[in-house]
Amino acid sequence: MSNRQTIDARNTFCPGPMMELIAALKQSEIGDEVEVLSSDKGSANDIPAWTKKVGHQVVSAEEHADHWAIVVKKMK
Amino acid sequence: MGTRILILGSGLGGTIVANGLARRMPAELRAGDVTITVLGATPKHMYQPGLLYVPFGRAREQELFREERTILDRRINFQVDPAAQIDVDNNRVTGKSGKVYEYDYLVIATGSRLAPESIPGLKEGAHQFYDLEGARKLRDALQAFNGGKIVVNVNAPHKCPVAPVEMTLMLDEHLRSRGLTDKFEITYTYPIGRLHSLEPVAQWAVPEFDRRRIKTQTFFNTASVDPEQKTITSEEGDTLPYDLLITIPPHRGAQVIEDSGLGKMGWVPTNPKTLKREGSDNVFVIGDTTSIPISKAGSTAHFEADTVIENITLLVQEGRWSRDYDGKVFCFIETGMNSGTYVWFNYHTPPKPTPPTQMVHWFKLAYNRMYWLSACGLL
Ligand SMILES: Cc1cc2nc3c(=O)[nH]c(=O)nc-3n(C[C@H](O)[C@H](O)[C@H](O)COP(=O)(O)OP(=O)(O)OC[C@H]3O[C@@H](n4cnc5c(N)ncnc54)[C@H](O)[C@@H]3O)c2cc1C
Repeated sequence: MSNRQTIDARNTFCPGPMMELIAALKQSEIGDEVEVLSSDKGSANDIPAWTKKVGHQVVSAEEHADHWAIVVKKMK
Repeated sequence: MGTRILILGSGLGGTIVANGLARRMPAELRAGDVTITVLGATPKHMYQPGLLYVPFGRAREQELFREERTILDRRINFQVDPAAQIDVDNNRVTGKSGKVYEYDYLVIATGSRLAPESIPGLKEGAHQFYDLEGARKLRDALQAFNGGKIVVNVNAPHKCPVAPVEMTLMLDEHLRSRGLTDKFEITYTYPIGRLHSLEPVAQWAVPEFDRRRIKTQTFFNTASVDPEQKTITSEEGDTLPYDLLITIPPHRGAQVIEDSGLGKMGWVPTNPKTLKREGSDNVFVIGDTTSIPISKAGSTAHFEADTVIENITLLVQEGRWSRDYDGKVFCFIETGMNSGTYVWFNYHTPPKPTPPTQMVHWFKLAYNRMYWLSACGLL
């Protein structure tokens, strides 16, 4: 069974949404999903690009009024 | 029987909480209405930020340590008996000795530990300075270093978010002062797309690194190290050769957290405001071991400890809540051997840059000395 965990990294400045995602992926099993909530535009752009580059999968990326919600699936 | 407060970990967070509670509840302690017990893993307390100076021979090892018993208020019961099992359903902790400690309030402050073994080859191929043994070995390696390629490699998650930048700048200065200018090349790698997770620090670091010709490789998440070939490779597919590899290994929380089923990788799910363990009403969590997405730093542990001290005191004395934690983090940053800057932020206020000055460097050095006062609960 795959799991999904959510990291609410809105308005967190250090280590920030992407570092949180990287750390969360490390503790996940292949097939698990991590949802990151981010109010930082830079990471909202970087996360999907990075995810594809390292070979994980962007399940969804939604823009809300004051934040982005990005779901990444661990593939390797 | 009085209220039993049990604190796990005699590092920075645990020590501040214990001393703060003792100072606020003298009457209750005297009457036996409250008892405070701290379980530690070692009799000595180490000043971790001092490790940064060890590789450069700028700290005497003895200065880094104090007997924990001498820092703790004498009314606190201190046991060197590391927690082996934490049973939050039955309000008790079993020590390694087999002794059982029951509590009414529990504070978990067991910090984080280095996990280089989670990346193939990292432990064998890389130096680190996040514990004394590693810092000593790096000191020897730097003494023997006469030129070549150095990679400073940062992995997530790690404590003290600024130490890798400080190490890089101090290293550059150190090697230049040894007359090795033009004989070495430093490459700094970072997991995300800028040089530091804190945007103002990242922006400030770019010209600083350029000026010193320090190379950088962003989006570098270490996949493996080949100690024979002396190369380090990232998940992103980049490989860098090195003569000397200095890593900030990824961290995990304490083993006891995982063994007790309290959190994956040893990080305890914690409410960011109340600092209560999710699912418990009498278990507080502070410092590196929380799951809160903020910096794992001494100042975080300190501000969190202050909140927990006030809340437990008021809960014991008046049965009510005092205040929530506002997410405050404050960091001094060494920008070389003679200059420094600082940055602070909380859940509502983003960090702002401040130009480095010699004054702030002296503040940081003064702070290094004042650490023991703040651990004692006097600052
Ligand atoms: C090189 C370096 C430089 C740093 N520089 C800075 C800086 O400039 N500014 C800053 O703010 N922070 C800095 N830090 C980070 C800071 O030291 C930590 O974030 C801080 O100590 C965290 O406090 P803590 O109480 O959570 O954990 P710690 O202080 O690490 O204490 C945890 C304690 O729990 C104990 N323990 C573990 N398991 C058990 C168990 N089962 N039972 C009982 N006890 C247990 C450990 O032995 C340890 O004593 C630096 C760290 C390093 C390594």
